Amino acid sequence: MADQAVFADQAMQYAPQLYSAAMRMTRNKADAEDLVQEAYLKGFRSFHTFTDGTNLRAWLFRILTNTYINKYRAKQRRPDESDLGDIEDLYLYKRLGTFEDASIGRSAEESLMEMLPDDEVKQALEGLPDNFRLPVILADVEGFAYKEIAEMLDIPIGTVMSRLHRGRKAMQKALHTYALERGLADPPPEPTDSNTEGQEN
Amino acid sequence: MDACDTPDCNQTLKELDLFLDSELSDAAHETIRHHLDACPDCLSAFDFHAELKQVIQKKCQENEMPADLLSRIEKCFDTDFDGDGVIG
Repeated sequence: MADQAVFADQAMQYAPQLYSAAMRMTRNKADAEDLVQEAYLKGFRSFHTFTDGTNLRAWLFRILTNTYINKYRAKQRRPDESDLGDIEDLYLYKRLGTFEDASIGRSAEESLMEMLPDDEVKQALEGLPDNFRLPVILADVEGFAYKEIAEMLDIPIGTVMSRLHRGRKAMQKALHTYALERGLADPPPEPTDSNTEGQEN
Repeated sequence: MDACDTPDCNQTLKELDLFLDSELSDAAHETIRHHLDACPDCLSAFDFHAELKQVIQKKCQENEMPADLLSRIEKCFDTDFDGDGVIG
Protein backbone atom coordinates (compact mmCIF):
# COMPACT_ATOMS: atom_id res chain seq x y z
CA MET A 1 0.00 0.00 0.00
CA ALA A 2 1.29 3.35 -0.96
CA ASP A 3 1.82 5.95 1.70
CA GLN A 4 0.32 9.44 1.59
CA ALA A 5 3.63 11.07 2.50
CA VAL A 6 5.07 9.38 -0.58
CA PHE A 7 2.25 10.86 -2.65
CA ALA A 8 3.06 14.40 -1.52
CA ASP A 9 6.65 13.66 -2.33
CA GLN A 10 6.27 12.11 -5.77
CA ALA A 11 3.09 13.46 -7.31
CA MET A 12 3.75 17.21 -7.24
CA GLN A 13 6.29 17.07 -10.06
CA TYR A 14 3.43 16.42 -12.49
CA ALA A 15 1.46 19.51 -11.50
CA PRO A 16 2.57 21.67 -14.45
CA GLN A 17 1.53 18.97 -16.94
CA LEU A 18 -1.78 18.41 -15.20
CA TYR A 19 -2.42 22.13 -15.14
CA SER A 20 -1.60 22.38 -18.82
CA ALA A 21 -4.07 19.63 -19.69
CA ALA A 22 -6.65 21.12 -17.33
CA MET A 23 -6.39 24.46 -19.15
CA ARG A 24 -7.11 22.77 -22.50
CA MET A 25 -10.00 20.87 -20.92
CA THR A 26 -11.75 23.64 -19.01
CA ARG A 27 -10.57 26.50 -21.26
CA ASN A 28 -10.12 28.86 -18.33
CA LYS A 29 -7.71 29.47 -15.50
CA ALA A 30 -10.03 29.40 -12.53
CA ASP A 31 -11.65 26.09 -13.49
CA ALA A 32 -8.26 24.61 -14.43
CA GLU A 33 -6.86 25.46 -11.01
CA ASP A 34 -9.89 23.98 -9.27
CA LEU A 35 -9.69 20.88 -11.40
CA VAL A 36 -6.01 20.26 -10.67
CA GLN A 37 -6.52 20.89 -6.98
CA GLU A 38 -9.45 18.52 -6.86
CA ALA A 39 -7.55 15.84 -8.76
CA TYR A 40 -4.65 16.07 -6.32
CA LEU A 41 -6.94 15.85 -3.34
CA LYS A 42 -8.63 12.77 -4.82
CA GLY A 43 -5.26 11.24 -5.60
CA PHE A 44 -4.07 11.94 -2.08
CA ARG A 45 -7.15 10.32 -0.56
CA SER A 46 -7.09 7.26 -2.78
CA PHE A 47 -3.36 6.75 -3.01
CA HIS A 48 -3.73 3.46 -1.13
CA THR A 49 -5.27 2.07 -4.36
CA PHE A 50 -2.22 3.00 -6.41
CA THR A 51 -0.04 0.01 -7.28
CA ASP A 52 3.62 0.67 -6.58
CA GLY A 53 5.76 0.43 -9.64
CA THR A 54 2.99 1.40 -12.06
CA ASN A 55 2.85 4.74 -13.84
CA LEU A 56 1.99 7.49 -11.35
CA ARG A 57 1.70 10.12 -14.06
CA ALA A 58 -0.88 8.07 -15.97
CA TRP A 59 -2.73 7.36 -12.72
CA LEU A 60 -2.95 11.10 -11.96
CA PHE A 61 -4.11 11.91 -15.47
CA ARG A 62 -6.81 9.31 -15.18
CA ILE A 63 -8.07 11.02 -12.02
CA LEU A 64 -7.84 14.43 -13.67
CA THR A 65 -9.75 13.25 -16.74
CA ASN A 66 -12.47 11.57 -14.73
CA THR A 67 -12.85 14.55 -12.46
CA TYR A 68 -13.21 16.77 -15.49
CA ILE A 69 -15.76 14.49 -17.13
CA ASN A 70 -17.88 14.19 -14.00
CA LYS A 71 -17.70 17.80 -12.98
CA TYR A 72 -17.66 19.84 -16.15
CA ARG A 73 -18.98 17.75 -18.95
CA ALA A 74 -22.54 17.72 -17.71
CA LYS A 75 -22.54 21.53 -17.79
CA GLN A 76 -21.75 21.85 -21.45
CA ARG A 77 -23.49 19.01 -23.18
CA ARG A 78 -22.71 19.25 -26.82
CA PRO A 79 -23.61 16.88 -29.57
CA ASP A 80 -20.44 15.03 -30.37
CA GLU A 81 -19.99 12.97 -33.51
CA SER A 82 -22.26 15.00 -35.73
CA ASP A 83 -20.48 18.21 -34.82
CA LEU A 84 -17.40 17.47 -36.85
CA GLY A 85 -18.91 16.40 -40.13
CA ASP A 86 -16.85 14.72 -42.79
CA ILE A 87 -13.40 16.10 -43.28
CA GLU A 88 -11.08 14.65 -45.86
CA ASP A 89 -7.86 12.94 -44.85
CA LEU A 90 -4.63 14.95 -44.98
CA TYR A 91 -6.76 18.09 -44.82
CA LEU A 92 -4.07 20.59 -43.91
CA TYR A 93 -1.31 18.91 -45.85
CA LYS A 94 -3.27 19.14 -49.05
CA ARG A 95 -3.68 22.86 -48.48
CA LEU A 96 -0.45 23.92 -46.81
CA GLY A 97 1.89 21.09 -47.66
CA THR A 98 3.73 23.14 -50.25
CA PHE A 99 4.14 26.12 -47.98
CA GLU A 100 7.71 25.21 -47.13
CA ASP A 101 8.65 25.32 -50.79
CA ALA A 102 7.46 28.90 -50.95
CA SER A 103 9.49 30.09 -48.00
CA ILE A 104 13.02 29.51 -49.10
CA GLY A 105 15.47 27.94 -46.74
CA ARG A 106 13.06 27.12 -43.98
CA SER A 107 12.16 23.74 -42.67
CA ALA A 108 8.51 22.81 -42.66
CA GLU A 109 8.43 23.02 -38.89
CA GLU A 110 9.79 26.55 -38.78
CA SER A 111 7.21 27.62 -41.32
CA LEU A 112 4.37 26.02 -39.44
CA MET A 113 5.63 27.35 -36.14
CA GLU A 114 5.67 30.83 -37.60
CA MET A 115 2.33 30.52 -39.29
CA LEU A 116 0.43 29.23 -36.33
CA PRO A 117 0.41 31.50 -33.29
CA ASP A 118 0.16 29.71 -29.93
CA ASP A 119 -3.28 31.14 -29.25
CA GLU A 120 -4.70 29.86 -32.50
CA VAL A 121 -3.34 26.36 -31.98
CA LYS A 122 -4.85 26.35 -28.50
CA GLN A 123 -8.14 27.65 -29.86
CA ALA A 124 -8.21 24.99 -32.55
CA LEU A 125 -7.83 22.33 -29.87
CA GLU A 126 -10.22 23.93 -27.42
CA GLY A 127 -12.84 24.25 -30.12
CA LEU A 128 -13.19 20.48 -30.40
CA PRO A 129 -16.13 18.81 -28.69
CA ASP A 130 -15.11 16.95 -25.51
CA ASN A 131 -15.26 13.48 -27.03
CA PHE A 132 -12.58 14.44 -29.51
CA ARG A 133 -10.70 16.99 -27.44
CA LEU A 134 -9.82 14.66 -24.59
CA PRO A 135 -8.13 12.00 -26.76
CA VAL A 136 -6.22 14.72 -28.66
CA ILE A 137 -5.05 16.38 -25.43
CA LEU A 138 -3.96 13.05 -23.97
CA ALA A 139 -2.22 11.80 -27.13
CA ASP A 140 -0.82 14.90 -28.79
CA VAL A 141 -0.14 17.20 -25.87
CA GLU A 142 0.62 14.67 -23.14
CA GLY A 143 1.98 11.83 -25.26
CA PHE A 144 0.01 8.94 -23.78
CA ALA A 145 -0.35 5.64 -25.65
CA TYR A 146 -3.72 4.57 -27.09
CA LYS A 147 -4.04 1.87 -24.43
CA GLU A 148 -3.51 4.35 -21.60
CA ILE A 149 -6.02 6.77 -23.13
CA ALA A 150 -8.56 3.97 -23.56
CA GLU A 151 -8.22 3.19 -19.85
CA MET A 152 -8.46 6.82 -18.79
CA LEU A 153 -11.58 7.47 -20.86
CA ASP A 154 -13.01 4.00 -20.41
CA ILE A 155 -13.57 3.50 -24.13
CA PRO A 156 -12.23 0.83 -26.54
CA ILE A 157 -8.88 1.44 -28.26
CA GLY A 158 -10.64 1.50 -31.65
CA THR A 159 -12.77 4.38 -30.42
CA VAL A 160 -9.67 6.22 -29.21
CA MET A 161 -8.18 5.82 -32.67
CA SER A 162 -11.20 7.02 -34.59
CA ARG A 163 -11.79 9.99 -32.28
CA LEU A 164 -8.14 10.97 -32.50
CA HIS A 165 -8.23 10.73 -36.27
CA ARG A 166 -11.36 12.81 -36.60
CA GLY A 167 -10.39 15.26 -33.85
CA ARG A 168 -7.05 15.91 -35.50
CA LYS A 169 -8.65 16.56 -38.86
CA ALA A 170 -11.12 18.99 -37.31
CA MET A 171 -8.22 20.76 -35.65
CA GLN A 172 -6.44 20.97 -38.98
CA LYS A 173 -9.51 22.47 -40.56
CA ALA A 174 -9.68 25.12 -37.84
CA LEU A 175 -5.98 25.89 -38.26
CA HIS A 176 -6.47 26.26 -41.98
CA THR A 177 -9.33 28.68 -41.41
CA TYR A 178 -7.12 30.82 -39.15
CA ALA A 179 -4.34 30.74 -41.73
CA LEU A 180 -6.77 31.88 -44.42
CA GLU A 181 -8.10 34.67 -42.23
CA ARG A 182 -4.61 35.98 -41.72
CA GLY A 183 -3.76 35.72 -45.39
CA LEU A 184 -1.17 33.04 -44.75
CA ALA A 185 -2.69 30.47 -47.03
CA ASP A 186 -4.12 30.65 -50.48
CA PRO A 187 -7.90 30.58 -50.64
CA PRO A 188 -9.27 27.19 -51.56
CA PRO A 189 -9.30 26.53 -55.29
CA GLU A 190 -11.91 23.78 -54.84
CA PRO A 191 -15.32 25.32 -55.53
CA THR A 192 -14.82 25.66 -59.24
CA ASP A 193 -18.44 26.45 -59.85
CA SER A 194 -18.51 28.54 -63.02
CA ASN A 195 -21.89 29.98 -62.11
CA THR A 196 -20.44 31.97 -59.24
CA GLU A 197 -18.72 34.33 -61.61
CA GLY A 198 -19.41 37.95 -60.88
CA GLN A 199 -20.48 37.26 -57.32
CA GLU A 200 -18.75 39.18 -54.58
CA ASN A 201 -18.00 37.67 -51.23
CA MET B 1 2.42 16.46 -53.53
CA ASP B 2 -0.49 14.12 -53.41
CA ALA B 3 0.54 11.82 -56.17
CA CYS B 4 0.29 9.05 -53.60
CA ASP B 5 -2.14 6.70 -55.24
CA THR B 6 -0.44 3.33 -55.63
CA PRO B 7 -1.86 0.57 -53.43
CA ASP B 8 1.34 0.77 -51.36
CA CYS B 9 0.91 4.50 -50.88
CA ASN B 10 -2.73 4.13 -49.87
CA GLN B 11 -1.84 1.43 -47.38
CA THR B 12 1.01 3.53 -46.00
CA LEU B 13 -1.12 6.65 -45.60
CA LYS B 14 -3.74 4.61 -43.77
CA GLU B 15 -1.12 3.80 -41.15
CA LEU B 16 0.04 7.40 -40.77
CA ASP B 17 -1.54 7.99 -37.34
CA LEU B 18 -0.37 4.66 -35.96
CA PHE B 19 3.13 5.17 -37.30
CA LEU B 20 3.53 8.68 -35.90
CA ASP B 21 2.00 7.65 -32.58
CA SER B 22 4.46 4.72 -32.32
CA GLU B 23 1.57 2.28 -32.07
CA LEU B 24 2.68 -0.15 -34.80
CA SER B 25 4.45 -3.43 -34.27
CA ASP B 26 8.15 -3.37 -35.12
CA ALA B 27 7.52 -5.31 -38.31
CA ALA B 28 4.71 -3.01 -39.49
CA HIS B 29 6.79 0.04 -38.57
CA GLU B 30 9.66 -1.32 -40.64
CA THR B 31 7.37 -1.87 -43.64
CA ILE B 32 6.28 1.76 -43.54
CA ARG B 33 9.83 2.97 -43.03
CA HIS B 34 10.85 0.97 -46.04
CA HIS B 35 8.15 2.50 -48.22
CA LEU B 36 9.01 6.02 -47.02
CA ASP B 37 12.65 5.52 -47.95
CA ALA B 38 11.54 4.87 -51.52
CA CYS B 39 8.57 7.25 -51.82
CA PRO B 40 9.22 11.00 -51.48
CA ASP B 41 5.51 11.79 -51.78
CA CYS B 42 4.51 9.72 -48.77
CA LEU B 43 7.61 10.85 -46.89
CA SER B 44 6.60 14.46 -47.43
CA ALA B 45 3.10 13.80 -46.05
CA PHE B 46 4.53 11.94 -43.05
CA ASP B 47 7.06 14.68 -42.32
CA PHE B 48 4.36 17.30 -42.47
CA HIS B 49 2.25 15.46 -39.91
CA ALA B 50 5.20 14.63 -37.67
CA GLU B 51 6.07 18.31 -37.57
CA LEU B 52 2.49 19.39 -37.10
CA LYS B 53 2.24 17.02 -34.15
CA GLN B 54 5.33 18.58 -32.59
CA VAL B 55 4.04 22.08 -33.17
CA ILE B 56 0.72 21.24 -31.53
CA GLN B 57 2.48 19.60 -28.61
CA LYS B 58 4.66 22.64 -28.00
CA LYS B 59 2.00 25.27 -28.52
CA CYS B 60 -0.70 23.68 -26.39
CA GLN B 61 1.45 23.61 -23.26
CA GLU B 62 1.01 26.16 -20.54
CA ASN B 63 4.38 27.69 -19.83
CA GLU B 64 3.38 29.05 -16.48
CA MET B 65 1.42 27.60 -13.65
CA PRO B 66 -0.25 30.04 -11.23
CA ALA B 67 2.34 30.74 -8.55
CA ASP B 68 0.23 29.77 -5.56
CA LEU B 69 -1.35 26.62 -7.00
CA LEU B 70 1.35 24.28 -5.70
CA SER B 71 1.20 25.66 -2.21
CA ARG B 72 -2.59 25.49 -2.22
CA ILE B 73 -2.45 21.84 -3.22
CA GLU B 74 0.17 21.04 -0.63
CA LYS B 75 -1.94 22.70 2.03
CA CYS B 76 -4.69 20.18 1.22
CA PHE B 77 -2.33 17.45 2.28
CA ASP B 78 -2.22 18.91 5.79
CA THR B 79 -5.90 19.57 6.20
CA ASP B 80 -8.46 17.40 7.89
CA PHE B 81 -11.41 18.36 5.72
CA ASP B 82 -14.14 16.29 7.27
CA GLY B 83 -12.94 16.55 10.87
CA ASP B 84 -12.54 12.82 11.32
CA GLY B 85 -9.02 13.17 12.66
CA VAL B 86 -7.57 11.95 9.39
CA ILE B 87 -5.81 14.24 6.97
CA GLY B 88 -7.51 14.55 3.61
